[in-house]
Amino acid sequence: MSDSSLLALTLAEACTGLAQKSFSARELAAAYNDAVKVAEPLNAYITPTPERALAMADAADQRLARGEALPLDGIPIAVKDLYCTKDVLTTAGSHILDGFRPSYESTVTDKLWQAGAVMLGKTNLDEFAMGSSSTTSWHGPVENPWRRAGDNRPLVPGGSSGGSAAAVAARAALAAIGTDTGGSIRQPASFCGIVGLKPTYGRCSRWGVVAYASSLDHPGPMTRTVRDAAILLRAMSGHDPRDSTSAPVPVPDFEAALTGDIRGLRVGIPREYRVDGMPGEIEALWVQGVEWLRAAGAEPVEISLPMTKYALPTYYIIAPAEASSNLARYDGVRFGLRVEGDSIDEMYELTRAAGFGAEVRRRVLIGTYVLSAGYYDAYYLKAQRVRTLIARDFVTAFEEVDCILTPTAPSAAFAIGEKSEDPIAMYLNDVFTVPANLAGVPVVSVPAGLSDDGLPLGLQIIGRAFDEETVLRAAEVLEAAARFRHLPSFIAGGGR
Amino acid sequence: MIANGAVEGRTGQWETVIGLEVHAQVISKAKLFSGAAIDFGAEANTQVSPVDAAFPGMLPVINRVCVEQAVRTGLGLDAEIRLASVFDRKNYFYPDLPAGYQISQYQQPVVGRGRVVLDMPDRTTREIGITRLHLEQDAGKSLHDQHPSSTYVDLNRAGVALMEIVSEPDLRSAEEAGIYLRKLRSILRYLGTCDGNMEEGSLRCDVNVSVRRPGEPYGTRCEIKNVNSVRYVMQSIEYETRRQIEIIEEGGTIAQQTRLFDAARGITRPMRSKEEAHDYRYFPDPDLLPLVLDPDWVERLRAELPELPDAKKARFVSAYGLSADDAGVLVAERENAFFFERVAAGRDAKAAANWVMGDLFGVLNRLGVGIEQSPVSAERLGALIDLIADSTISGRLAKEVFAEMIATGADPAAIVEAKGLRQVTDAGAIDSAIDEVLAAHIDKVAEYRAGRDKLYGFFVGQVMRATQGKANPALVNRLLKEKLSG
Repeated sequence: MSDSSLLALTLAEACTGLAQKSFSARELAAAYNDAVKVAEPLNAYITPTPERALAMADAADQRLARGEALPLDGIPIAVKDLYCTKDVLTTAGSHILDGFRPSYESTVTDKLWQAGAVMLGKTNLDEFAMGSSSTTSWHGPVENPWRRAGDNRPLVPGGSSGGSAAAVAARAALAAIGTDTGGSIRQPASFCGIVGLKPTYGRCSRWGVVAYASSLDHPGPMTRTVRDAAILLRAMSGHDPRDSTSAPVPVPDFEAALTGDIRGLRVGIPREYRVDGMPGEIEALWVQGVEWLRAAGAEPVEISLPMTKYALPTYYIIAPAEASSNLARYDGVRFGLRVEGDSIDEMYELTRAAGFGAEVRRRVLIGTYVLSAGYYDAYYLKAQRVRTLIARDFVTAFEEVDCILTPTAPSAAFAIGEKSEDPIAMYLNDVFTVPANLAGVPVVSVPAGLSDDGLPLGLQIIGRAFDEETVLRAAEVLEAAARFRHLPSFIAGGGR
Repeated sequence: MIANGAVEGRTGQWETVIGLEVHAQVISKAKLFSGAAIDFGAEANTQVSPVDAAFPGMLPVINRVCVEQAVRTGLGLDAEIRLASVFDRKNYFYPDLPAGYQISQYQQPVVGRGRVVLDMPDRTTREIGITRLHLEQDAGKSLHDQHPSSTYVDLNRAGVALMEIVSEPDLRSAEEAGIYLRKLRSILRYLGTCDGNMEEGSLRCDVNVSVRRPGEPYGTRCEIKNVNSVRYVMQSIEYETRRQIEIIEEGGTIAQQTRLFDAARGITRPMRSKEEAHDYRYFPDPDLLPLVLDPDWVERLRAELPELPDAKKARFVSAYGLSADDAGVLVAERENAFFFERVAAGRDAKAAANWVMGDLFGVLNRLGVGIEQSPVSAERLGALIDLIADSTISGRLAKEVFAEMIATGADPAAIVEAKGLRQVTDAGAIDSAIDEVLAAHIDKVAEYRAGRDKLYGFFVGQVMRATQGKANPALVNRLLKEKLSG
């Protein structure tokens, strides 16, 4: 097979091709290694690992030859550079982790390699996963492979898992893993026209993932199709005794849930998601999504999630609060960057001032403030209470419906630099995504259509805790109805 | 100077109010949130996991054994076990605090109110309230003496489980504080939850001291950090009491302050603060779920608790007929109580107590060792008492045998045989010894018979001397009295 036809395969197709020996894992890895190089202008990768990819592919080929194939044998995957990978530079997109090569492998990546997957490299991201544009990385901004029709300005891929999303969209990775703290998988998936799944909190272990906001961080897959997400999620999931918040629940065969049958499924349409200033094209796509699901036999139900409007302010208290504490360990003492000073305090100050970018500093300051004596009750404690109410909103809704359909983001991709001057405008990107993080419920974003200027737009399906199966089943039906076949202006390999 | 809690100042009487925060290192094989070992004295930075060093992405997982130890300690302090508790982060920057926060329990500790009963020297008891006990991580150690301009950090201790045991401000003198600390340490050792070793730092104490006029509300307190011996705790309280009284009597006010005890000079002085502003920004650690205990599990631990000092003391009084004072001395250290009971088993308990508390403790004191290193085992000390009981040796000879046991560790019966110390119980032999003595001192016999009773002891001594001390004293007494009155 030619490189371009190899790169056009979905993960599920590649698995079949490898099993049938239509091509080798080495061929597939080599094609992707080349694609990673071709895609360099996107700055999607911080650290490509081509040699490791070939070595892992060779091992996969040997197992395939012996008939001992593992579930993901030979599947090339890009890893958001927030996952610690043994002996491979791990930066979190930050200057402060300069030269950090962990002596350990994160649980999720370890599971992928144990399942036979091949590591293509580490992808770029917003510094410490803080952002919605993948422009705050010490390693420079990521470019979206998509461009607006008739406008050649580079666009952001969304964030924070923008490198992973751009790589998958540009065919510089067959699939990728990201993390989603306030929408960091789904919003870039929506901006880049791919599928992004944020599982239930506790489904995938956080062990070995550089922490941004511990109670909100969710590892998850980013893929070309819903089926690919289901396959990848299964390999990433499972109870991990090293993560106290990991759930001791069995891992279902998510792919088996993709029956295509959603007859009688009750789909909630929350009225509070019709926010002021939402572009008409997104509203229209949402209505279209409802019709697609209705046509497939589902039963749309108007519902209310009354606490929705408090989700964003709640998120921007809790996430920075946890971050301010999680990032205290970057002090120049044991690893990463150190800027010497005349005293220990000066060393801390110089190191952290030089090592953290503006957005990280902003959130550390906000977080420190909301936890301070005298402000704790008014901000952090109040936010925790509201969070409980937001989670209750979903529990109440799921007494009535089986899943919920909403837009993923209030806009399509924007130009690099367009919103950087206005943090609040940037934070508003997360308005539809943060409630699911606060509630910990599973949600998948599916590319559903194009904006008027030709950019992908996503719809998301939210489900009950640990009911990824329903979410995936509905998402696959949505995906089939939307028939999203558009390609970005930049791809590393040819079309189908 | 300090008696009954009252302190005489220049302007009248003062009362010292003391509360102790004791940091007790939990006995366990691994740290509170990581699997790293915790051996004392290991080479620097060899007992450290990536979790303890707070490497990126590392997560804490609670060590069940440490929770069990904390709950057992709570039960031993007759305290409320809180079935749901929460771990919080206490945030501050310090090089030996790798994560930039200490995981501790702030608002919801695992153990609530309890109490410790003190036996006072005047034989009364005093009940001291326990406010709470919570679990927390220890920090690492900054080493300032390894390099002229740099500080080294040893993380071996970072993450080790500590129980912070907070008392109510119920203590009223340095002496009481000392008794409390010893009693608490004794309970911890009985429970096997902390070895109480203050030199190795496994028991450390923060001392809160304030003074007030008797009957008035509490004064402003100062906290003396990290005092590491009972003696220093007492000295620091005495010094701090004086210091505060003098300030107030000279018209000043006490500033709430953290201070250090300077053992070399016997004074307290203000401590450099960890951070300019003490805002620890406590919040629940999102990496850990609330700690929820199964009530049945707690009840099982309660049922399995060992006998604690107070109960043991009461039993020693009732079962062995010991005085409360003697029982108190014997139960203070668990090992001593165990040793005593092995000696007393099937024997005269009072004799056993006398030997253990008198002769044996004297020797151990002289050697500067604990009873675990006693050169004489409980079994051999018991055997020695048996030799007295069956009249093989006299009490006087037993002292000689005991000295030999200390020197050689040998079996008492073997020593008696080897040295020919077996008591003479042959009435004939003693008879003739008495006859010889009386014959040699006819004048004294006459004096005795004339009423100088005091000479009786002289005759006994002479007879014992003639028999090299081996004559059975009771027999000597009986025969001598017969002959002298005859």
